[in-house]
Amino acid sequence: MSIALSCKNIEVSFDGFKAVAGVDLDLSRGEVHFLIGPNGAGKTTLVDAITGLAAYTGSVVKDGEELRGRKVHHIARRGIGRTFQTATVFENLTVAQNLDIAAGAGRSPWTLLRRRRHLPQNVVDTMERIGLADRADTPAGVLAHGQKQWLEIGMLLVGDADVLLLDEPIAGMGHDERETTGRLLHDIAVDRAVAVVEHDMDFMRAFASRVTVLHAGAVLATGSVDEVSGDPRVQEVYLGTAKESADAATA
Amino acid sequence: MKFFTTRAGTWTGFGAAALVLFGLAPLLLSGFRLGLLAQFLCYAIVAVGIGLAWGRGGMLTLGQGVFFGMGAYLMAMHLKMADAEFRGGPGAVPDFMELAGIRELPAYWAPFASPAFTIAAILVLPTAFAVLLGLAVFKRRVKGAYFAILSQALAGAFAILLIGQQSLGGFNGLSRFRYFFGYNLDDPVNQQMLYFIVAGVLLAVVAVSLQLRRSRYGELLVAVRDAEERVRFLGYDAANVKVVAYAVAALFASVAGAVFVPIVGIISPASIGIVPSIMFILGVAIGGRASLVGPVVGALAVAWAQTALSEQFPSAWTYAQGLMFILVIALLPGGIASTAAVLKRIPTKRATVEATT
Ligand SMILES: Nc1ncnc2c1ncn2[C@@H]1O[C@H](COP(=O)(O)OP(=O)(O)OP(=O)(O)O)[C@@H](O)[C@H]1O
Ligand SMILES: [Mg+2]
Repeated sequence: MSIALSCKNIEVSFDGFKAVAGVDLDLSRGEVHFLIGPNGAGKTTLVDAITGLAAYTGSVVKDGEELRGRKVHHIARRGIGRTFQTATVFENLTVAQNLDIAAGAGRSPWTLLRRRRHLPQNVVDTMERIGLADRADTPAGVLAHGQKQWLEIGMLLVGDADVLLLDEPIAGMGHDERETTGRLLHDIAVDRAVAVVEHDMDFMRAFASRVTVLHAGAVLATGSVDEVSGDPRVQEVYLGTAKESADAATA
Repeated sequence: MKFFTTRAGTWTGFGAAALVLFGLAPLLLSGFRLGLLAQFLCYAIVAVGIGLAWGRGGMLTLGQGVFFGMGAYLMAMHLKMADAEFRGGPGAVPDFMELAGIRELPAYWAPFASPAFTIAAILVLPTAFAVLLGLAVFKRRVKGAYFAILSQALAGAFAILLIGQQSLGGFNGLSRFRYFFGYNLDDPVNQQMLYFIVAGVLLAVVAVSLQLRRSRYGELLVAVRDAEERVRFLGYDAANVKVVAYAVAALFASVAGAVFVPIVGIISPASIGIVPSIMFILGVAIGGRASLVGPVVGALAVAWAQTALSEQFPSAWTYAQGLMFILVIALLPGGIASTAAVLKRIPTKRATVEATT
């Protein structure tokens, strides 16, 4: 198990308000690493910082290279891929076109200016893997919600990302789709580092190799599912609120 | 419609267009009307570029008059130099400068005595300007309405700048050209030749646009239009993708301006400022910005309507223009090119209603 991405003392502030206040985080290949925490804990902002969208202090190192200050597309080229809280695919393009674009960031101008004669093999394989082989020519805009999220993950896979940061990848999915997604995440994590931002505790328990709990911009606890759920501070701050809202929902 | 996306369909489409442009039009139209059509085709060339940059790339290029004007003035300078040389030998000053009291040829005019230099300048200068401007603007993520306003302001500023340049004819611009690369412009045969040139340029420009749209670049451009941020997170520099389409549109506009000059016989700040730039956009919006031939059809329709209406009711044109715009936006947001799709949708809507009841 090797550390793919190492974040040290990340701080992001918005007009003086510290959305992320000194976070250390290591992501290892072979792990599905869950990032959990209440609303506003800073999970998305942390992902924004790593991927170059939000300015921060501290350091993010991938395979020995410092990424702070690099542009968004440079960071993506270093193999760090992300999805968004609301699935963002190219709605007017087909599934195959979406994947072909995602696979092609390194293409030469000459290749770009010509027509695509046939799909690259990794695009074909990935369509199979994310269960969209029969939807190759379907415009991404008409896909079901869950399928869009799979397509987004597929776009990171064809782009050869080996650190995947997924922001709420199962939001809006039914039970079976969640199971499929969970298995897919473990499948792709074999030779990659996968970080998953999630609110769903059952999903987390079922599929997390490691968990980091964020609260008010700081790391509250990190470890295995059991270690984290046994931590009293986590129970107080996070699972306590989850329990309250669960109680409220059943009441 | 599917047929036209195949290889055979493409050749059929181009064949039919060539037949109309090179066969039917010269046969059916008088010399005067053919000249008008040639002028309209110049607008259509600009429109094809806008279709690419705006329809495919999402950049609302409200200032294409700048590039059209650059091409036009560069060509006009050469024609004036050639005329002056014909009358007074090498180094002679163009007639309008004599009238304005300019005795000495300004240094920047001198290279335009060369046809090769002029053609190179027409192809390179506006394109390079568009690349630099595009990099400055798109790298800073200026887009949407801000980009539109910026490009429109540029067109306005360019026209004002030209009005102040006495050595470029000021407010009156450049006119009264006699020869075009040695051919007398009063000769009807040469006028028809110009028409053929502009028709050929239009077909070429449509072919380039088609290739770009069908290429991987074309797909990427649509992706940037719809979700620019996402494209960045896939590892592309989205600004570069936009710059290419913007520069190609500028090149098309410049070439259109260059052929416009010998056909119409005058170029002045009034034909390149804000109002003409809006005219270009209007045609594209009416024809259908995202389709390949929509912009061509729209540009021809708007230019034709303007000529027809302003011949009969000079003051009505402005209102008609506004009315056309509103009608298209309200009824056919995809322009004339989307008529078929809209008509097809009406019965299917009814069908789905039936299916659900
Ligand atoms: N662009 C911004 N400007 C100002 N404040 C922001 C901005 N983005 C996020 N914040 C604030 O930073 C904090 C962390 O937000 P963030 O979106 O990272 O939370 P999160 O953990 O992803 O929450 P959720 O689970 O609801 O998605 C919140 O208080 C939020 O209001
Ligand atoms: Mg979030």
